[in-house]
Amino acid sequence: MSTNVKVAAAEASPWRKWAPLVGVGVIVIYCLAPFYWMAVSAFRRPSDQFSNKLIPAPFSIQNFKDVFSGSNGFGKGLLNSLIVAGTVTILTLLIGMVAAYTLARLDFKFKNAVLAIIITTSMFPGISLVIPLLKLFINIKWINTYQAMIVPSLSFALPLAVWNLTAFFRQMPRELEQAAMVDGCTPAQAFRKVIIPLAAPGVFTTAIITFIAAWNEFLIALSMTNKKSVQTANVIISQFTGTTGRDQPFGSQMAAGVVVTIPLVIAVLLFQRRIVAGLTAGGVK
Amino acid sequence: MSESAPINNRSESKASKRVTSFNEGTGRLAAILLSPTLIVLALVVLYPIVSALRESLYTSGTKLDANGFVVKGSTFVGLDNYAAIFSGDTGSRFWTAFYNTTFFTVVCVVLETVLGVAMALIMHKAFKGRSVVRAAILVPWAIPTVVSALLWKWIFQADGIANTLIGSQILWSTDGWQAKLSIIIADTWKTAPFIGLLVLAGLQTIPAEVYEAAKVDGASVLQTFRRITLPLVKPALLVAVLFRILDTLRIFDLPYVLVGPHKPSVETLSMLGYDEAFNTRYGPAAAYATVLFLYVAAVAYVFVKLLGADVIGEARAKLPGGKKKRRRAIAAPGAAEASLAGGQ
Repeated sequence: MSTNVKVAAAEASPWRKWAPLVGVGVIVIYCLAPFYWMAVSAFRRPSDQFSNKLIPAPFSIQNFKDVFSGSNGFGKGLLNSLIVAGTVTILTLLIGMVAAYTLARLDFKFKNAVLAIIITTSMFPGISLVIPLLKLFINIKWINTYQAMIVPSLSFALPLAVWNLTAFFRQMPRELEQAAMVDGCTPAQAFRKVIIPLAAPGVFTTAIITFIAAWNEFLIALSMTNKKSVQTANVIISQFTGTTGRDQPFGSQMAAGVVVTIPLVIAVLLFQRRIVAGLTAGGVK
Repeated sequence: MSESAPINNRSESKASKRVTSFNEGTGRLAAILLSPTLIVLALVVLYPIVSALRESLYTSGTKLDANGFVVKGSTFVGLDNYAAIFSGDTGSRFWTAFYNTTFFTVVCVVLETVLGVAMALIMHKAFKGRSVVRAAILVPWAIPTVVSALLWKWIFQADGIANTLIGSQILWSTDGWQAKLSIIIADTWKTAPFIGLLVLAGLQTIPAEVYEAAKVDGASVLQTFRRITLPLVKPALLVAVLFRILDTLRIFDLPYVLVGPHKPSVETLSMLGYDEAFNTRYGPAAAYATVLFLYVAAVAYVFVKLLGADVIGEARAKLPGGKKKRRRAIAAPGAAEASLAGGQ
């Protein structure tokens, strides 16, 4: 990296110097402008909804009040999202960690095949999984239950987590367990007492990525529920009618969008390094 | 699980050869440790697919048989559901959805790849504000697709900001080409930065020496890009593109929320399947799902075979020098490949 800096500095014509910065500015605006527009629209008064001013004046949190006070069940929706995404994340980590460790550490025939199968399962179109499961869940009366959303979500969450964690475990030196086993640990003990504590950062990264993926899930939650009391925030937002009976309650929708997105944006800002490491671990390294 | 048995057999015969190995008796252990994951995936992926195949051969609901008796429940209809897909009114609906799905995939992925690579190159050159960009790039990725669909619906309102900015009166999210365009814009916005991120990670594994050598040899910027950057970043790019292709083939949330169901100009195969299932026509729904599944599988197969996308890092695991040198090889994967590329 440092040689790169020297090369760039050696030929620092103004254009070469400033072009990347301008480019960076363009990228940041490209990424954030629509998000900014959502936030700005959320903070307008409902009566100013169609104003196209860049700053909401007068500033109002009426939209947010509408979102939470109405009969939307949005608050419950957030709680449902949290329950579903949280359970998916915990289950995925519990099951996936063992598999990932196995794939990263043990040498056995078909290892690549197993890894390929696990990754491939995450590529299947959601709709081909949802339709048969929908019929099954109707038969066993699982419609409008949390498990009807949690179980199908494992189809994408589990491969994602196994993939990430495998890449992470591979980076940890084998000598760690070998030393523990020389000291008299069984492989299982070595895993529990040495690897798990050291793997905490990687597990945490995987947890964030899995949680975001599960939180953003829509098709499964839409298909498996028709009662507001169990629907997730995403489904509820998509079916908003607003409190005042306007045709398109965009103000409330934007406010709800901001509420749903804020936890994710904060997580992204706080853990961006980890998230990038996790996202690129499987694909690039 | 079908995998567990062969794993067991093989490793037991192998175990005797490496008694002192760290991995003694690993076959059975691996099978045990992998079984929870494989069982869960069998239940939530394998079972639905097999069940969809079976379901697609049946039709449910109340019907009259040849003698005028009422028949309830599922009836075996063979390939009728599939035949119905491709013919008549449903046929034209299917082919429109098929065309839309393919159109979105091709256009979106091409646009996203070009934009993403451009972004990655810019970010790679910039030394200031990298963490700002990285955080900004993750924002579109982190926003739920449903929310971004609503956001773009709002932007594309008749009197929304998009029309104000370009000074037009386009009714974006009604139907027709502009609805298609709105989907493409929204999808590109959300995922081009993500491709940029993956490509950037690939770029960062290329050692600076390679570029210095190219400069010494008098390569132009374009030559450097085509002969060095592109080949070296290809593995990362291929994986990113493959994932985007498979993701766009099953696109559902964005058109469903941004434009809405039953709009021929944006209806995709996933939406068609959902619509049938929603109307409790499970047989045809399963047939649509199966067709989509086969389409996705075929595209993935062709992509991996033709372009050699290395999804699990297999090629690098098999680098000459064997397992022991692997960690060192991973530490400088670019170096080994770079020397090959430099020799061209």
